Amino acid sequence: MRTIRIGAGAGYSGDRIEPAVELAEHGELDYLVFECLAERTIALAQQARMKNPNSGYDPLLAARMRAVLPACRANGVRIITNMGAANPAAAAQETRRIAQELGLQGLKVAAVTGDDVLDYARQADLPLDIGGTMRDLGNRVVSANAYVGGGAVAQALAQGADIVITGRAADPSLFLGPLIHEFGWALDDWPMLGKGILAGHLLECAGQVTGGYFADPGFKDVAGIGRLGFPIGEVREDGDLVITKVVGSGGQVTAATVKEQLLYEIHDPTRYLQPDVIADFSAIKVVEIAPDRVHVTGATGSPKTGQLKVSVGYVDSYIGEGQISYAGPGAVERGRLALEIVRERLALTGVRTNEIRYDLIGLDALHGEKLSQSGSPYEVRVRVAGRTDDLAEAARVGEEVETLYTNGPAGGGGAWKSAREVIAVASALIPETAVKADIRIFET
Amino acid sequence: MKLRAIAHSRTGDKGNTSNISVIAFDENDYGFLRDHVTAERVRQYFTGIVTGEVTRYELPSIGALNFVLTGALGGGVTRSLAVDAHGKSLSSALLEMDLPDDPYRKG
Repeated sequence: MRTIRIGAGAGYSGDRIEPAVELAEHGELDYLVFECLAERTIALAQQARMKNPNSGYDPLLAARMRAVLPACRANGVRIITNMGAANPAAAAQETRRIAQELGLQGLKVAAVTGDDVLDYARQADLPLDIGGTMRDLGNRVVSANAYVGGGAVAQALAQGADIVITGRAADPSLFLGPLIHEFGWALDDWPMLGKGILAGHLLECAGQVTGGYFADPGFKDVAGIGRLGFPIGEVREDGDLVITKVVGSGGQVTAATVKEQLLYEIHDPTRYLQPDVIADFSAIKVVEIAPDRVHVTGATGSPKTGQLKVSVGYVDSYIGEGQISYAGPGAVERGRLALEIVRERLALTGVRTNEIRYDLIGLDALHGEKLSQSGSPYEVRVRVAGRTDDLAEAARVGEEVETLYTNGPAGGGGAWKSAREVIAVASALIPETAVKADIRIFET
Repeated sequence: MKLRAIAHSRTGDKGNTSNISVIAFDENDYGFLRDHVTAERVRQYFTGIVTGEVTRYELPSIGALNFVLTGALGGGVTRSLAVDAHGKSLSSALLEMDLPDDPYRKG
């Protein structure tokens, strides 16, 4: 029975670059996947594209492609990524340009589109999970993209693509697509598709399964943590799965690291909703079969819902923020006094906030007083963050913190302020028939 | 003893919902965790942070519990005012939970 080796080259948009090179050179891979879209990334990319029609793809695309293309070409590793974001075609053209610069000929780069459903969402006036419908957001809407499945990726591979660049897709689908292509799994073989989704889910966050987001000194130690090797999934034709990494790379693959990633962003483990299947992880077994080799079995699946989740990006509000630190004896008291002063000042000067937070970082900013019982720290950082209806008003929040320099408690230092537009994301559902994938191939 | 002594944890986020896993270091401790780390205890533990519901899912085959907390992320990851908008540090908060010292817990 055949086994396919898929590496995860990035777990999010800003991830490290060189672990993917290590995978391309030493991972003996068939596929290398870069997962680079968080909830709001496409909305921000769409805004960029509106300013410049040639942009709208991941800002690190060029650096990642430049880094891995030579080794991928030499070792026959195909690349799959959602770095296309809001402009897969431009991303594909940029990739082709880089490949040509590197002297790589006969390379086929596919741009997969169809996930952009903004027109449909508006026309259908889709109801949103936050309440209301598209119409209520009016022209604050920036983008609407459907989480598509692995079918289009499989199709692009069938057309001979060496590199497949998509927009929004369900993250595990980027891994399921090549498995469908290689093994010819039927699109209604629910248990098998569930196994493919398991592989994708464990790999999609890269370092998070090889010892990343795991270390807790004294309780959970991770050797070589500064040079984590990113993961490889060995997937057999019958869905059997081993998670491993390049021998000698940093980090570790253990039952514990795999279990933490297994449950990451999972709700009901019997119903992990994906475009292609409803995966069931409830009866999974995780067994260490050798150092840094973990066997994961027991995933299954049930029929897909026929609906796709849509992320709608919209301009929600503005957030203004200011910070300043106090240290030494009485630091907490001066920090509390600083917060009181800012509270008084914002009211006095009529700054209009819809919501506001007063935090003492280092004391109880993360979880509030009830959970933060460890005693008085040497230093605290005051933080005030307020939500406003416009950018100018937001700026006034940070300014009132900064003026504590000359007007506030003694010894305040390291003041910092910011004001930013907030793009938030709401969710909707559409029938999968509303999405028509389009594949364009660019060749060097 | 603290939960941290016998379990590890990771938080995930989606919209305004957080999920926190509680995974036994030793699968023999699963029954003990199941008995003492209930949805109701977790709900009370996070009073003031969770504005919605807490649901617990059980995964005996890997010795783990999975808690889903709705209304836990300040109106949503993409718009929250909180320092930790994703609520990623909630796993650390949960590991501080007190458990009974039970010398027979592995039985």
